[in-house]
Amino acid sequence: MTPLLSVQGMTRSYGNHLGCSDVSFDLYPGEVMGIVGESGSGKSTLLNCLAGHLTPDAGSVIYDTRGHGPRDTVTMSEPERRMLGRTDWAFVHQRASDGLRMGVSAGGNVGERLMAIGNRHYGDIRGHAIDWLDRVEIDAGRIDDRPVTFSGGMQQRLQIARNLVTGPRLVFMDEPTGGLDVSVQARLLDLLRGLVRDMGLSAIIVTHDLAVVRLLADRLMVMKSGRVVEHGLTDRVLDDPQHAYTQLLVSSVLQV
Amino acid sequence: MSGYNFAYLDEQTKRMIRRAILKALAIPGYQVPFASREMPMPYGWGTGGVQVSAAVLTPEDRFKVIDQGADDTTNAVSIRRFFERTAGIATTTATRDATVIQTRHRIPEEPLREGQILVYQVPIPEPLRFLEPRESETRKMHSLAEYGLMHVKLYEDISRHGHIATTYAYPVKVEERYVMDPSPIPKFDNPKLSDCAAIQLFGAGREQRIYALPPYTTVASLDFDDHPFDPSRADHPCGLCGSVETYLDEVIMDDAGGRMFVCSDTDHCETRQNAGYRGKDAG
Ligand SMILES: [Zn+2]
Repeated sequence: MTPLLSVQGMTRSYGNHLGCSDVSFDLYPGEVMGIVGESGSGKSTLLNCLAGHLTPDAGSVIYDTRGHGPRDTVTMSEPERRMLGRTDWAFVHQRASDGLRMGVSAGGNVGERLMAIGNRHYGDIRGHAIDWLDRVEIDAGRIDDRPVTFSGGMQQRLQIARNLVTGPRLVFMDEPTGGLDVSVQARLLDLLRGLVRDMGLSAIIVTHDLAVVRLLADRLMVMKSGRVVEHGLTDRVLDDPQHAYTQLLVSSVLQV
Repeated sequence: MSGYNFAYLDEQTKRMIRRAILKALAIPGYQVPFASREMPMPYGWGTGGVQVSAAVLTPEDRFKVIDQGADDTTNAVSIRRFFERTAGIATTTATRDATVIQTRHRIPEEPLREGQILVYQVPIPEPLRFLEPRESETRKMHSLAEYGLMHVKLYEDISRHGHIATTYAYPVKVEERYVMDPSPIPKFDNPKLSDCAAIQLFGAGREQRIYALPPYTTVASLDFDDHPFDPSRADHPCGLCGSVETYLDEVIMDDAGGRMFVCSDTDHCETRQNAGYRGKDAG
């Protein structure tokens, strides 16, 4: 089976400060990879390099594109990479306001990617928006309201709808439940798990919250100081950690 | 104002502006940066248009200025006088006699012809500014022709008003490439942008941008398949000349609330009246 994403030697530093170093892994279709570590471990740098938001110093990100098979997204042209970013990929930010247009209605937020790829039928775009609001459990009656009037949990669900409306195959998530109340987090995690299953999504989730990866991730990478110190099936890593640092993480000794 | 160079600007500045104009003509709809100069008038008075006019005027030109369709507003009169004094050129209010027309907010009703230049005063040249304030990002969107955001704006209009409520500065796509702000002309005028025989130049002074449409450029107003562009017009004939094809202004007649609709293009309306056309309110 061809990996959907094959990451090799991903390295990025900031001057003398190391972001991430020599990270390699494969992600298969339908698989969810969790990346955990403390802040400063390089997990966010890695995610942004993978998603094309940062240019890595070295390494490749081979993605199995729909049209042309495996391509290195690091070296493909910027228009191609941006097109991928708004069609077959999705990126869910921790802060919903980073991933939404706060001055645009919920329907406009969900419809933007459709319009970006050429949909020119208002009724059709609106139909998709209503459908997606329903799928993320937002009342369709809120379709013309701006996200500033939404609760934090609703904003995050709207961001997810906005991202998934084009039927992407790969979703990058950066602390998707960060900053939300515990009860709101639980509902969002249930929703995400359902969408991942129903749509057969592949995902890479960066988080410091082990409960998130326990629920969502098939496999886990543990990062420390820019390097992967341990990786394996989620249950194995969390229940039987091998690396001393992972053992600390799991025992909650570290306040991450 | 003696002591100034022809049309106020020095020759070197005019050459710089002409280079920007030529580049703009070569890439229709693309916003070319230029080093805007201080002009002896406030920005709101169309210094971008004035600089473009100064760069294209020659001593043989006949110059017309319109503001909201009229030749006699303060703004139009001042700009016309400015070039009478600094360039000593002939001026006119007749669209057909003019070789260079500077305009704010309208395109003349009379079809323009080859050899004429229409210069627009532009306040905000960036059509994407409404939803994306970052200049670095809008530049990238133009270079990659990523224009989904323009339709988000139209989507918002329809969702809020039931139809595309944008009536001025209605965005267009030029030769199926660049999305352009046609300046705050009424959308009624948008069809005149396309396939126009004259050269159309757009100058934004404060924002330091020039863009252009060479003659016979295809210009399409953005819309949705199920909400097609509609260059709507008030459903009245002109009270003075009776035209049912022109863009109308509503004029309050008296304290009793009497009102009438008249052509916004005063030259066009007077030309028709002189030719014997009469509306119901004509004396
Ligand atoms: Zn009239």
